[in-house]
Amino acid sequence: MRLLLKGGRVVDPRNGLDETKDVLVDDGRVLTVDSGIEAEGARVLDVREKTVLPGLIDIHVHLREPGREDEETIETGTLAAARGGFAAVACMPNTDPPLDTGAAVRFVLSRARETGRVRVLPVGAITRGLAGAELAEIGELRRAGAVGISDDGRPVTNSRVMRHAMEYASMFGMPVISHAEDVHLAEGGAMNEGYWSTRLGLPGIPAAAEESMVARDIFLAELTGARLHIAHVSTAGSCELIRRAKERGIRVTCEATPHHFTLTDEAVAGYDTNTKVNPPLRAARDVEALLQGLADGTIDAIASDHAPHTTEEKEVEYELAAFGMIGLETSLALAITELVRPGLLTLEQLVERMAYGPASILGLDWPGIAPGAEANITVVDPDASFVVDPTGFASLSRNTPFGGRRLFGRVVATIVAGRLAYEACEAAV
Amino acid sequence: MPMRHKDLLGLEYLERDEIELVLDTAVPMKEIFTRDIRKLPTLRGKTMVNLFYEPSTRTRTSFELAGKWMSADVTNIATSTSSVAKGESLKDTARTLEALGANFVVIRHQMAGAPHLVARTVKASVVNAGDGRHEHPTQALLDLFTIRERLGRIEGLKVAIVGDILHSRVARSNIWGLAKLGAHVTVCGPRTLIPPDVSRMGAEVTCDLREALADADVVNVLRLQLERQKKGLFPSIREYSDLYGITRERVEKCKPGVLILHPGPANLGVEITEEVAESPNAAVHQQVTNGVACRMAVLYLLSGGGRPGEVVA
Repeated sequence: MRLLLKGGRVVDPRNGLDETKDVLVDDGRVLTVDSGIEAEGARVLDVREKTVLPGLIDIHVHLREPGREDEETIETGTLAAARGGFAAVACMPNTDPPLDTGAAVRFVLSRARETGRVRVLPVGAITRGLAGAELAEIGELRRAGAVGISDDGRPVTNSRVMRHAMEYASMFGMPVISHAEDVHLAEGGAMNEGYWSTRLGLPGIPAAAEESMVARDIFLAELTGARLHIAHVSTAGSCELIRRAKERGIRVTCEATPHHFTLTDEAVAGYDTNTKVNPPLRAARDVEALLQGLADGTIDAIASDHAPHTTEEKEVEYELAAFGMIGLETSLALAITELVRPGLLTLEQLVERMAYGPASILGLDWPGIAPGAEANITVVDPDASFVVDPTGFASLSRNTPFGGRRLFGRVVATIVAGRLAYEACEAAV
Repeated sequence: MPMRHKDLLGLEYLERDEIELVLDTAVPMKEIFTRDIRKLPTLRGKTMVNLFYEPSTRTRTSFELAGKWMSADVTNIATSTSSVAKGESLKDTARTLEALGANFVVIRHQMAGAPHLVARTVKASVVNAGDGRHEHPTQALLDLFTIRERLGRIEGLKVAIVGDILHSRVARSNIWGLAKLGAHVTVCGPRTLIPPDVSRMGAEVTCDLREALADADVVNVLRLQLERQKKGLFPSIREYSDLYGITRERVEKCKPGVLILHPGPANLGVEITEEVAESPNAAVHQQVTNGVACRMAVLYLLSGGGRPGEVVA
C-alpha cells in the first residue's frame, strides 16, 4: 500500500528536517521525502497545518495480557497507543504469569502479531517470578525478543542480585530497567510524604525511598559497567543523582512520566484514587526539577507508565486502591500542552524525548523519516485542542486523573511499518 | 444560618462562622442534660446509621444518644457482624444504606478519606466520626466547646497538643479548629511522631515538652497507641512516659488553672497519670458530656436547622 502525506511540517532533527514536505510511503518503507510529490494510486492524507514526526515510542506500558485481560489486552492497549500517536510500546513483564521465560515473551509477541496495532517490545523479568531472588533466563528472554529486563512494580531489593543481573544483562547489551524504591521506607505509603500527606492523613512515601535506590543502582552501574535505565523518575534528588552520574560517564538513562511532570501531590486532596500512583505524585519542587531535567537532557525519555485498572479496583478507600494510571491516550498531548507550548521544549527536543531517546535506551534501530527506513510516523496537530474524555478511550480502563482537562495536540494519524494504525476521521481526503 | 455543606467531613472544610455556629447551637443542646425527659422532636422520622469500621465506645454511644435524644431512629452497624465481613465494598455498603433510607450516615473508618467516598455516593448527610489519621471533627468541636466553657474564650489562647501527632486525627481537627478560632497551637511529641510540614497547617512544633507546657492555657493530651512501639517509632513505653507523660509535677509548673483535655480512652500512667486525669484541672468527663451536645448541634444543623429565627429547643 502506498501512502502519501501531503503538505505537513516534517520535524525530524536526526534527518535534519524542519520544513514543509510530502512523505511518500511504499511497501512499509519511506520512499521519498520531497516537495510536490505526486503518486499515482497512493492513498493521500492531507496533513497541511499538521506536524509529521518520526514514530513515537512509549517505553513503559502495562498491557496486562496475559492475566488481567479485564484491565487491558494487547489489542486494546496497542489501539490506545496508536490513538495516542505511538508506533511502538515496550510492555512490562508483571503480567500473570510474568514474562520471565522465553515462552511468555514469545506468547506476547505472537498475540501482538495477531491483534496488535503497533509494534510491541516486550521487557523480560530480571528475576524468576519477579521475586527478586534468582535470575531469570536472560539469554533466553533476549533470544525470544525481549528488549530489556525489569522487575517493574517491584524493586530488586537484594543488591547482590541486582549486581549480577547488570553483569549478566550486559553480555547481551540489554538495559536493566530499575523500579527504584526502598520498600521499607515506602511500606504502607499511599502518596508522597510531605505537607499534603500530613494534611490528608495518608501514610507517606518519602522521596528518599526512591533516591536511595537510584543512588545504589548508579553505584552498581559504575561497578559493573552495565547499562542502567531508571524508570519513572519522580524526585528532584533522583534527577540530580542521574545528572551527576552522567557527568561522570556512568551509563545511566532515565524516563519521566507526564503525570509526574504535570501534577503535584496537591492533586490527591479530595481523595480521587485516580491520583494514586507509584512512585507518587511529588511536591512542586520535584515537578520543577523534572521540567529542568527534560529541558537539559538529564531525562532521556518521556514514558507513560500506562497502568490500567478496573473501576472496582479504584472506587475504594484511597489506601486500598491500586497504584497506577493510564496514559497512552494523553501522554503526547500533555507533553505538547505542558512542555512545548510553554516553550520548555522545542518540537525537536520533544522528538528526542519521545522517539529517538526511547529507541536508543532500548537499542532499537529507529532511523526516522528517511528514504529506505521502515515507515514509523506520527502525525499530530499541535494547535488543535480537545477535552479529555476517558469514556471514549480505546483502553479498557478509565483510571486517569486528567478527565475533563483541555489539552492541545490531537493525533491525526499513526503509521506503523507503513500501515495506518490509526487515523482521525477528518484526515482522509 | 444553616451549614454550607451536606456533610461534616472535617474542620478543614468549615469557615470560622460555621464552627462558631455549631458551638453556639451546642449551648442550648447541653441544657437537655438537666431535664427530666431528655427528648426533642427535632429529628423525628429521620434515620441515622452509625457505620463503625473501628471499635469505639464513647464516640458511637455519643452519636447514638445525640440522635435518640432528638427522636431520630438510630441503628448501629458494627462491621464484624455485617456483610462487610463477606467482602462488601464501602461504596456498596453506602448504596445499601441509601436504599434503606438513611438520612444520616455517621462513619468511623481506619482509612483517611473513607467518609468522602461515602459522601460522594449517597444523598444522606455524612458525618465523619474519625477517618484514619485524617480528621475527627466532632471530637475537635467538643474540645473547642469545652475550652470555651471553661476558659470563656478561644481567641488568643495558647494550646499545646501533646503526643502522637503523626497518627492523630484528633490533632489535625484540633489544629484546624483552633487556628480558625484564633488560638495559638503548639504540637509536641517525639520527632518520629511529628508529621512533616505540620507547621504549614498553622501549628508550631517542638519536641521539648517543657517548652510546650511553659505558657500553655490548654494541654490536649493524645492517646498513645501502644503498638506503635513495635514499629520502632519510640524505644519503650517507659521512655515515652518519661519524656512526654503528663504528671502532677509537670502540671504544677504550668500556668495556674491550666486546662487538661484528653479525648479518651486514656492509657493511665503512660501519656497521663490518673492523678492528673481526675484532677480539677482536667475536663475529661465534661468532654464526654459536651460531646453529646456538640453532636446534637451538628445533626440539627445538617438537617437544615439554624435558619434565622429558629428556636433550637
